[in-house]
Amino acid sequence: MINKIVQSMADAMADIKDGSTVLLAGFGAVGQPNVLIDGLIEQGAKNLTVACNNAGTGHIGLARLMELGRVSKIVCSFPRSSDPVVFETLYRAGKIELEIVPQGTLAERMRAAGAGVPAFFTATGVGTKMAVGKEHREIDGRTYILENALQGDLGLVEAWEADRWGNLTYRLAGRNFNPIVAMASKLTVVQTQHVRELGALDPDHIVTPGIFVDRVLHVPYGDPSGF
Amino acid sequence: MSGSAVADFKPFSRTQMAQRVANDIPEGWYVNLGIGIPTAVADHVPLDREVIFHSENGVLGMGPAPAKDKIEPWLINAGKQYVTLRAGGSICHHADSFSMIRGGHLDLCVLGAFQVADNGDIANWATSENDTAPAVGGAMDLAAGAKRLWVLMEHTTKDGSPKLVTKCTYPLTAPRAVKRVYTNLATIDVTERGFVVLDMAPGLTFENLQAQTEAKLHLPA
Repeated sequence: MINKIVQSMADAMADIKDGSTVLLAGFGAVGQPNVLIDGLIEQGAKNLTVACNNAGTGHIGLARLMELGRVSKIVCSFPRSSDPVVFETLYRAGKIELEIVPQGTLAERMRAAGAGVPAFFTATGVGTKMAVGKEHREIDGRTYILENALQGDLGLVEAWEADRWGNLTYRLAGRNFNPIVAMASKLTVVQTQHVRELGALDPDHIVTPGIFVDRVLHVPYGDPSGF
Repeated sequence: MSGSAVADFKPFSRTQMAQRVANDIPEGWYVNLGIGIPTAVADHVPLDREVIFHSENGVLGMGPAPAKDKIEPWLINAGKQYVTLRAGGSICHHADSFSMIRGGHLDLCVLGAFQVADNGDIANWATSENDTAPAVGGAMDLAAGAKRLWVLMEHTTKDGSPKLVTKCTYPLTAPRAVKRVYTNLATIDVTERGFVVLDMAPGLTFENLQAQTEAKLHLPA
């Protein structure tokens, strides 16, 4: 019997190695796997490369992981937030590497990784400093730059519902990066608000099929709050 | 510019600027509004004119802000404000949401800007080459991907420096992308000839407008 539901955070975070590339879903506080990020903090892996739309807020979650010196590089589109003090302090001190990526390119790099596409051409960033050092190609009269896929060793996801095969649904704007982080990561770990019986989720409503999911932890924390 | 050149005129208010843009958006368009002044444009499109607003975080068919007692904590826009969904609204993931942008499906994007050049170059994400923590978000995707890009901004900086320039001095968001600029002084098309003035704030002369603009302005042909 396939059962991807794990019973403890220790099981959810087992075998995560130093030096891993970690993809974090979430946009603002919505659909962000905060409890799993706390689990990663507990687990202790270091020298991480983290890809996430934002670079953490306050002193919790991703910001806490960075503050503890566990993140050597962050890949993101928007390192500002309501309280980006941890990131800015580390960045000014030269203690964290930043790769700034246009948001759509970040999302597409993840989807490409999940789809087995190693790189793709895009018009986004052409003629800007994002294009410096990248391969340019003219196709049908328009210039594009080459962007590489971004695969995660680990992907952390927040779902609304999950079953034991790892099929997932999401709630409203909580979907955001979650489905593409799931497909782009070698090990995808999910926290879910609700666990459903196998067969209870309408096949037409499953957004992430279980093939993209490895471990599911039941975390019924309620509504997101604070950005 | 001498003091006497500043004749009596009334700049457009922020509300008037947003209204001006809203008036130019026809029914049926799919529209993304950037963070800041552009967000207010939605308030001036009447609900019976079906304009479909898109937010980068996977929300298509955004409605007005919710009443305080009707907040849905799982529904925010790209500016991380609570929003509503209209009937017919839908949710998608980030890669699909940016496919709408990058695949040329949006009819219009309205962004704020630091500078716009008369060849359509836009700079709106960083104010120096060595910004401490530059934050680009979805601006480059929107500027390169939408069918048309309009800019909504003040005509000059707070200290009076022109923002409509011959060449952007700040890092570019996208080259040759802007089609029209709405400011507190004028509405200006970006054409092959450069900046063409469509209308001006009441009482403002063309000469005065030119004095507050670095690039050469043209009258419609």
